[in-house]
Amino acid sequence: MSPLFLNALEVIVNGLMAGIMYSLVALGFVLIFKASGIFNYAQGVTALFAALTLVGFQTGQVPFAHLINTIFGTKIHHWGDGFNTILAIILTMLVMILFAWLLEKIVLKHMVNQAPIILFMTTIGLAYFMEGFGDLMWGADIKTMDVGLPSGGSLWLEDFTKGWAASGTEYYGMYIDVLDVWAAGIAILLVVALTLFSQYTKTGRALRAVADDHQAALTVGISLRTIWIIVWSLSGFVALVAGIMWGSKSGVQFSLSLIALKALPVLILGGFTSIPGAIIGGLIIGVGEKLFEYSVGGLLGGATENWFAYVLALAFLMFRPQGLFGEKIIERV
Amino acid sequence: MKFKHFSAAFVAATILATSFPVAADLTYPMLSYRTGPYGPNGTEFADGYADYFTLLNERDGGINGVKTITPECETAYNTAKGVECYESTKEGALIYQPLSTGITYQLIPKVTADNIPLHSMGYGRTSAANGKVFSHVFNYPANYWDGASVIIKHISDEEKGDLKDKKISLLYHNSAYGKEPIRTLEELAKKHGYKLTLVPVDHPGQEQKSQWLQLRRDRPDYIIMYGWGVMNQVAIKEATNIRFDMSKFIGIWWSGSENDVLPAGEKSNGYKAVTFHGVGDDYPVFDDIKKYVKDAGKAAGDGSNIGTALYNRGMYAAMLAAEATANAQKIHNTKDITSGQMRDGMESLKIDNARLKTLGLEGFGPEINVSCENHGGPGLAAMQQWDAKAKKWKLITEFVESDRSVIDPLIAEDSSAYAKENSLKARDCK
Repeated sequence: MSPLFLNALEVIVNGLMAGIMYSLVALGFVLIFKASGIFNYAQGVTALFAALTLVGFQTGQVPFAHLINTIFGTKIHHWGDGFNTILAIILTMLVMILFAWLLEKIVLKHMVNQAPIILFMTTIGLAYFMEGFGDLMWGADIKTMDVGLPSGGSLWLEDFTKGWAASGTEYYGMYIDVLDVWAAGIAILLVVALTLFSQYTKTGRALRAVADDHQAALTVGISLRTIWIIVWSLSGFVALVAGIMWGSKSGVQFSLSLIALKALPVLILGGFTSIPGAIIGGLIIGVGEKLFEYSVGGLLGGATENWFAYVLALAFLMFRPQGLFGEKIIERV
Repeated sequence: MKFKHFSAAFVAATILATSFPVAADLTYPMLSYRTGPYGPNGTEFADGYADYFTLLNERDGGINGVKTITPECETAYNTAKGVECYESTKEGALIYQPLSTGITYQLIPKVTADNIPLHSMGYGRTSAANGKVFSHVFNYPANYWDGASVIIKHISDEEKGDLKDKKISLLYHNSAYGKEPIRTLEELAKKHGYKLTLVPVDHPGQEQKSQWLQLRRDRPDYIIMYGWGVMNQVAIKEATNIRFDMSKFIGIWWSGSENDVLPAGEKSNGYKAVTFHGVGDDYPVFDDIKKYVKDAGKAAGDGSNIGTALYNRGMYAAMLAAEATANAQKIHNTKDITSGQMRDGMESLKIDNARLKTLGLEGFGPEINVSCENHGGPGLAAMQQWDAKAKKWKLITEFVESDRSVIDPLIAEDSSAYAKENSLKARDCK
């Protein structure tokens, strides 16, 4: 095979892997939008907050240490060596559930029946609040995320594919980051678990009922407020997974909240209400932007991915305004 | 009657008070950023800056007996906010050091009109080194082009002086800052015969898969990085993923902090960066900072970042401002200096090794000699290398000079273009 073809194949495989990473973020948006019609602007910051909390538990950091030290003149930072990863993940999930519960009690219950734009504005406020709260709770320094997942280029794949190129040509084997493979596996598990949960559990069916029709769900006795707590908790869990994967690449820092920007074209393309749409949309965006950068990027000076993802999503919008898997809105008058 | 006496006493007291001028505080506004995507870096720099002035107040009673203050204004590394901060703090300000190339570009005409000096140390508009055109802008001790040149010199040394047909890639932040070294590296490529490839990364740089697949295919002999914030951490991690030789991956000083290498763990061992100041806390000045500032509970942060690369840079920036203040006080024979006098102090600043020793900073940086023509200082820089096990930077070269034969004509060309665009007449520096 020609190295040119193999390089293109490598770009496609890595595009698929990058797409999975985008999908992980998009999933959180979809879950909340499906159940409550809210476009959660705070999803990226939620991923940052979850990752900060996880690292805080892992490293034994005292929450609000800076505030405590300022008020009481103490010099506390850590309470010990921290929890092991599994326990830290469980505790972080409990924090995310507590956060969802407080959010419902303090904010969301007052927003019932408000226009979508009001709900959207509420999540903007929430994003800024969480940004500051996360800083105050865990500090703004860059933290290392290590949950024991392997990372780095796969030597096995490199050796295995080296011989694929025609003899006499320069080819170094195919590259794939092992962490991306793990992310793909975890994303598949996540989607399967979410699908099973929504299809085969009573709560899952209630979630689907609320997603289909709020009013009808209320009339059969489903508590909208409980469903909101569950759905924000689930979205918190997805945000934690996204935070772990992205944080393993860049460290846990404010920029993690900007991964939401990568999810937007995925949502436009895949639709705001479809879990498979988030995955397929992510894969199309990932492959599309990487292939464009590989084939045309050089002619345009490079760094085309950020804007090309949106161009691709908009191109799809022209043919399917509701996104590939989104529900077509038909309003009868 | 009583009221009359009281009024007379009040008037007399006021006259008495105003007839003997009392020096006001020396004001160094900080356009800092402790929030936003670049907050972790901005915080360390701001802490170092504030702590040095606190040290002067606590240990020496200020500069020649006049206390210093450092009012902070948060810019979040946003240019528009930076300009707002400038406008709201410029009253009584002696100098601005905004730690942002974008903000610096916007402030150049403003500070010139307001007669306030601007010090963009290792950033900003590189050709501001030409004092004949940029009367109020200084970028000593080194600029972006010096950094690029010293990196190429180091690579040349590593390759025993032969760079012919070597492949060097520039991985850069796709912004005005990141594009700064391109022209210099192209000129140096003509001179040394290496092949330069440009690889841009868009803000914020969280995802760089395409760039690193390209670099892996291109197999460059060296990669130079002009990054900032999360771009650095991701790039270093990706370099370790493709098993690139980290000793051949070299960053500019804005890609050379602990924040950049720590997330990649031990695999980042050997990564290099160019620097214009010393690393670590093994200098007497830090003992004083710990004693008079940190232990006294007066540190800007919790004291944990003392000795980090960006803390040291902030501290160094404050030291240069303080030395220029003392110089201005001396040449104008007044303790209560104005921003215009501060500018004069900067333009005739001289810091030799003996002075650095007195300041507790022996060997921390090169000697500095600023003049009317040369606002860029010596243009010397050294290489630092990361020891992942010890989690410390170490200097691996002396401070060496950049290639003036390439850089000086570029500075002259760019500054004269600026003068032409803005209808400025070059100052007579005789």
